[in-house]
Amino acid sequence: MTHDSFVVKPEVLEEFQKSSGITVKQIASGDAGELTNKLVLTKANPIGDVAFGVDSTFASRALSEGVFAEYASPEASKGAARYKADDTNRLQAVDVGDVCLNIDPAKLGGVEPKSYDDLADPKFKDKLVVENPATSSPGLAFLLGTIAKYGENGWQEYWTKLKANGVKVVSGWEEAYNQEFSATKGDRPIVVSYASSPSAEGGKTKAVLDTCYRQVEYAGVLSGAKNSEDAKKVLDFLLGEKFQAQVAEQMYVYPSREGVALPESWAKDAPLPPNPQTLPADKVKDNREAWVEQWRKLVQG
Amino acid sequence: MLPLAFLGLFFAWPVLAIVSLGLREGGVASVLVDGDTWELVGFTLGQALASTVVAVVAGMPLAFVLARCRIRGLGVIRAAVMVPFVLPTVVVGLAFRTFWPDGGVLPIVLANAFFNVAVVARTVGGLWAHTDRRAEDAARALGASRPRAFLSVVLPALAPAIGSAAAVVFLFCATSFGVVLVLGGSRYRTLETEIYLRTVELFDLSGAAALSLLQFLAVLAVLVLGALARRRRETALALRDREELARRPSGGEWYVVFAAFAVVAALLTPVVGLVTRSLSTRDGWSLAGYVALNTRGDRGTLAVTGIDAAVNSLRTAFDATLVALVVGVFSAVVLVGLRRSGSRVSEVLDTALMLPLGVSAVTVGFGYLITMDALPGDFRTSPMLVPLAQALVVTPLIVRMVLPVLRAVDERLRQAAATLGASPLRVWREVDLPLAGRSLVAAAGFGYVVALGEFGATSFLARPDAPTLPVVIARLMSRPGELNSQMAYAACALLMVVTVGCVLLIERLRVPSSGEF
Repeated sequence: MTHDSFVVKPEVLEEFQKSSGITVKQIASGDAGELTNKLVLTKANPIGDVAFGVDSTFASRALSEGVFAEYASPEASKGAARYKADDTNRLQAVDVGDVCLNIDPAKLGGVEPKSYDDLADPKFKDKLVVENPATSSPGLAFLLGTIAKYGENGWQEYWTKLKANGVKVVSGWEEAYNQEFSATKGDRPIVVSYASSPSAEGGKTKAVLDTCYRQVEYAGVLSGAKNSEDAKKVLDFLLGEKFQAQVAEQMYVYPSREGVALPESWAKDAPLPPNPQTLPADKVKDNREAWVEQWRKLVQG
Repeated sequence: MLPLAFLGLFFAWPVLAIVSLGLREGGVASVLVDGDTWELVGFTLGQALASTVVAVVAGMPLAFVLARCRIRGLGVIRAAVMVPFVLPTVVVGLAFRTFWPDGGVLPIVLANAFFNVAVVARTVGGLWAHTDRRAEDAARALGASRPRAFLSVVLPALAPAIGSAAAVVFLFCATSFGVVLVLGGSRYRTLETEIYLRTVELFDLSGAAALSLLQFLAVLAVLVLGALARRRRETALALRDREELARRPSGGEWYVVFAAFAVVAALLTPVVGLVTRSLSTRDGWSLAGYVALNTRGDRGTLAVTGIDAAVNSLRTAFDATLVALVVGVFSAVVLVGLRRSGSRVSEVLDTALMLPLGVSAVTVGFGYLITMDALPGDFRTSPMLVPLAQALVVTPLIVRMVLPVLRAVDERLRQAAATLGASPLRVWREVDLPLAGRSLVAAAGFGYVVALGEFGATSFLARPDAPTLPVVIARLMSRPGELNSQMAYAACALLMVVTVGCVLLIERLRVPSSGEF
């Protein structure tokens, strides 16, 4: 079971199926949240054996519900362990994807924001469009980034300033990026998107690397798996070199494995942010609803 | 029994399972006493009501033209009206945003109406095309003005169809999801969007269950009101063939024709916008999006090509329509039979058949997860689930379109046939079928198009190696890269072409109608 964004090069999967004798059937199940909730609902009689796509926002829910079984993959030590969710080996990091501001330098005319603070500067009045954290996963990641940056008691003030500076809120990434962002169709030159998005725009856009929030995507063997031995092999494959080498190009995320080269256009347009913001998974789980509700009252009230 | 079994297995069981799971968690009461909840209910019903009014007002002139006018280009109008229905809500939402950049209530209402004008035009037009013109002509001859004749003769005759159409439109609007999300500017929320968020993002099943119950009750209340309103109205009408009723418009009728053309123009505005966008890139005009339809998208965004998805759409919609036709026609016949024998059961069954339109797709989808594994062969991952879920949405529409015509069949004709020695089956074949035949074909066509455009349940259930076009479009829209968005708009254009093609094809399959009765 995977989220909707899972793509693998057909030849890579083919080769794995041939060499291992395992037939892999993919069942896509919505975004990370939908996938996690489906896994929880079906944990007594899971639809699949392995799940990929539970991300750091939802990891603690999946772990506390006992969806995943322990499996210490030999491949995990080659980089994946850097991003581990906890010490139990139930989830292994497959890739990381950072949510960052993307800018349209042509429209900004040389005056570019470098940090969260800059967004509150009158220079960038009416330039920013963000997604609603209640309805969009990059929107939520951006909010979490500001909470990590300004602290649990400081982010409200920051968002009050953003509101005064004319931030526009839309409900999803599709509208923000395809409709409001000046590099595509709209007139706002700053948008919340992914660190990897510029690689698809041929150098026309840039990610602001000091405004990133890290999301890790995990895979694990399901505790109710009917073919748990094969499931372990599939997990090894997901962490292995061949699969990791193509995640950037196929899924717009960064491999969790060390020493895997990024495609050329990435090195230039979409390098991995060096110091992204993060929050502990259980903190996100416990406060998420309250934060979003506070945000809603503050920004839309 | 067949309709009930279908409804029970693929609708009632999963929905009850997921709602009761939520109820067991407790906490329902706190949601029900929350003021926000009632605001949600109010906004949901209010916007649905407003959208229904707009759709009915805009749909009536179209229904008139389709049913009563003999003018050129009617087939094209008939097909054009259907186009909005299949367009993915996210794409239409974005098109409306170019006119209302900040979203709001007005664009929500207009966009909902945009999708549903076809329901009114088709359902009302279907009956109007067969209602005897002589009563109206007589009223005119006796000195009634055109408006007077319309209000006191035509409108009462059409009331059942208008009521049917309004009920369907209301349900569609009350559960509209994508439109509210995109155009709500993240400020406006409905029960549907809130149920989705609570189920999918927050995993607050008890909250979702509470809201689902409210949605269910609200929908039920509206359906019962609709049924009560219909009860007094349905009478046998002298049904006639369209060919002898259609005339060239005369005098004041031209105003109605112009109004209809204005509605068509309004419907086509966002459509033209989409086609323009599919052809224009940052570097000028280009066919790149259309060329890309034969690929898997920019760097393999999709598991199959756009063309494969189109073929899969056609096949899935065919299966769904077939299932829905069998269940729907069966239901309609049973309902008419029960009604003739004076049974109240018919009203209960009638209402029950409509419910799938009023319940959140996500509730049904999550319900499938916890129930369908009990069916042989773990049905949760069966490719059959997609057409079955689509059929759930299509069946009520078929019932609504066929029922008014079947009910309007003059009982004396049937009695006469029976007296002359015809068996009940023969009566149905010789009397009901010829009279309702055209409606049946129209209903099948309409159902097919609805299945083609269905997104909510399909996106939830479709497997990645067998997506439909709307699922592919949503996926392409969610990726960066100009080619992906280009291809998404080209896929919309393809979906429109396929739709128009299907409608025109179905128009040709005319059932031979019988002569004068």
